[in-house]
Amino acid sequence: MEIFSSDVLVVGGGGAGLRAAIAVAETHPRLRVAVISKVYPMRSHTVSAEGGAAAVIKSGDSLDEHAYDTISGGDWLCDQDAVEAFVREAPAEMLRMEHWGCPWSREPDGSVAVRPFGGMKAQRTWFAADKTGFHMLHTLFQTTLKHDVIQRYDECFVTRLLVDEGRCQGVVAIELASGKVLAITAKAVILCTGGCGKVFPFTTNAAIKNGDGMALAYRAGAPLKDMEFVQYHPTGLPFTGILITEASRSEGGWLLNKDGYRYLQDYDLGKPTPTPVLRSMELGPRDRLSQAFVKEQQKGRTLTGPYGDYVHLDLRHLGQKLIDKKLPFVRELCLKYENIDPVKEMIPVRPVVHYMMGGVSTDIDGKTPLPGLYAAGEAACVSINGANRLGSNSLPELLVFGARAGVSAASFAADQAEPGAAVLSQAHDEERRLEERLQRKAGGTERVATLRSEMQTTMEESAGIYRSAPALEKAASELRALQARFERVALDDHSYTFNTELTGVLELSYMLDLAEAIVHSARERRESRGSHQRTDHPQRDDERYLRHSLAYRGQDGVPRIEYLPVTITRWPPGQRVYGR
Amino acid sequence: MPETVTLSVARYRPEQEGEPVFQEYEVPFRKDWVVLDALNHIKDRLDGSLSFRWSCRMGVCGSCGMKVNGEPKLTCAAFLASHLPGPIRVEPLDYFAVVRDLVVDLRDFLGKLKKVKPWLVRRHEKAIAEGEYRQTPDELDAYKPWSMCINCMLCYSACPIYGLEPGFIGPAAIALAQRYNADSRDQGAAERLEILSGHDGIWQCTFVGECSKVCPKNVDPAGAIQQYKLAAATDWLKALLPWSGK
Repeated sequence: MEIFSSDVLVVGGGGAGLRAAIAVAETHPRLRVAVISKVYPMRSHTVSAEGGAAAVIKSGDSLDEHAYDTISGGDWLCDQDAVEAFVREAPAEMLRMEHWGCPWSREPDGSVAVRPFGGMKAQRTWFAADKTGFHMLHTLFQTTLKHDVIQRYDECFVTRLLVDEGRCQGVVAIELASGKVLAITAKAVILCTGGCGKVFPFTTNAAIKNGDGMALAYRAGAPLKDMEFVQYHPTGLPFTGILITEASRSEGGWLLNKDGYRYLQDYDLGKPTPTPVLRSMELGPRDRLSQAFVKEQQKGRTLTGPYGDYVHLDLRHLGQKLIDKKLPFVRELCLKYENIDPVKEMIPVRPVVHYMMGGVSTDIDGKTPLPGLYAAGEAACVSINGANRLGSNSLPELLVFGARAGVSAASFAADQAEPGAAVLSQAHDEERRLEERLQRKAGGTERVATLRSEMQTTMEESAGIYRSAPALEKAASELRALQARFERVALDDHSYTFNTELTGVLELSYMLDLAEAIVHSARERRESRGSHQRTDHPQRDDERYLRHSLAYRGQDGVPRIEYLPVTITRWPPGQRVYGR
Repeated sequence: MPETVTLSVARYRPEQEGEPVFQEYEVPFRKDWVVLDALNHIKDRLDGSLSFRWSCRMGVCGSCGMKVNGEPKLTCAAFLASHLPGPIRVEPLDYFAVVRDLVVDLRDFLGKLKKVKPWLVRRHEKAIAEGEYRQTPDELDAYKPWSMCINCMLCYSACPIYGLEPGFIGPAAIALAQRYNADSRDQGAAERLEILSGHDGIWQCTFVGECSKVCPKNVDPAGAIQQYKLAAATDWLKALLPWSGK
């Protein structure tokens, strides 16, 4: 085992992690800050974000309107103090990205351009064509290179948090290239590991989105907040799950059923107009649009293809010039992966798992209930997203709360003593566990891919767009059974060199824990709110459930669900109204 | 259409083999499948010990570059159907040390990327409160293509110069340097001159142009190198002239 030490250790090198690291370097230049990631930072899933990043910048818009859109979009489950901080700090963070070189799309006068987005009452979504996340991630990564103080552990897979005397003091990781086990001590750890879309079979999420950080925190005793809220994006390509950005609708695209009818008008989302209307029809929120798809499917008005039912996204009327200028990646993806040209043909789309509103419970500064442990980005739940995140809020979220977590972790770290010997003895225990896992040959009967796909099927059948008590009960017991079978997973690969089968096993174990947290949180929430729709409890119930769920990992591994009040500042719970 | 197709995959397990060997796997043929899907089928069903990198499966994370039938490609965008009848040969990218199977060592590139200072350099930073640096759509277009690099390394694998001179800073890093040089907000061109015009810089390039041919994002590194050469030569000539004010 090799031992390293740092002051602030950021786990994950995506948007939130890199922003956090830069915040530490800029505000506490004497602290040793490190980023550990299982992939090179520029491979992180922030790279796939397409449509844009919301922040109030234009006259005629206001922070209060951005806050209201976010809160109503989240069906009032957002913490309003967090939302207020978010909308207030987002513009400066976005300008900072501009100053760091992000190639934002521009107006003719050279100011940054904005576009409409779903659930937003004003045009406030900054964009870099339709590769916004890609450009933000590369800008952030390239900017970290100028900070020599930021040390990187690339392609190192974190297997556990080191916790001693009730304080998180580092991590244990496997260096993939060599198989060496590393113990990296830290005075504060920030989890920026993204979401866990791979718990489901059909997702826009990259292969690396296994919820590593959520599971690490959960196992260390920190609670996961609002895990039942899983966002389905209404427009994914049917076989691959590749995301077709919401920007294609904000630029004027239509959703059509098998009869060529703009079916959203039947679901209280407004009346169809030739050009887009804000907070209406195709610019409604993602949860409502995905739910409308299921209703349409039940009426037999969707189309059927080899990869399930779908509807059409029609961009043809936008013309080649606009598509090439504003949506070039959409065209490239359709041509390359579906052999369809959206200039001339309609795009088949269906709802696809996209984003976890839930995550490691943090306060407004990224602090978790476990001292020394912080989280930001999709891995965290602050919560600004409530029961449904609005499109283009996740990119500014990872900047605002990445920076906040960086600053608060750094000030915490500045006052802490060096980790003690108990931490290293824990690391040695972990090294033994990993060695045993890698070399175990006897008694293994299960394949990792089989268990993973059974877990994914269970999740799709129980925790999809519509849920019910019987399905969730069944899923809870199936997941218990999968946990038992997981103990019998066999490896083909016993090598120390870049063993991706071993990391696959560790990722599966993370995902099984998170799947249980999602299912149990969903089972206990006996109401319908935002993305969590219970067919057996179709109404929102503020009396009982205007609360965040907190999933704690029980002694036996079974989640225990508790609740936390929602912070309401200026916007009392109301009805979500779209298209009226 | 065939029912199955054979993949001939380069294996290298340093604990086991002195040098790479090929292993054949028969996978189902599906017209929607790309080479990466076939590799995942092998990993999941046939042989869990095959190692390769992948993540987004939509051509933007840059992880899954390999050689397919001898050509550097993103395997997430290389359809089996375009490589029939097989066997389809899958190998790690050229000119990088192989860590394991299809996984190559990228540390050399990461070091070179940092050397070209791929960040915005300003003599005076504008305060955030003063708003954005103005940049017209035309000014954006002047560097936009080079900002599209996903660091997939296909261009290095295609570059015969990099193969002969491992010190060569290489197509992607030069394109990214030029991405900042050509950005109207940047003032760092002089700082990048030393590395770009130095021994391992642009003058190594003999303009074979293979880098631009294999680039999956139309970044055109060869164009960036030509543009930079022209600018550097002009500066050099100007400096020789008596009225240049030096």
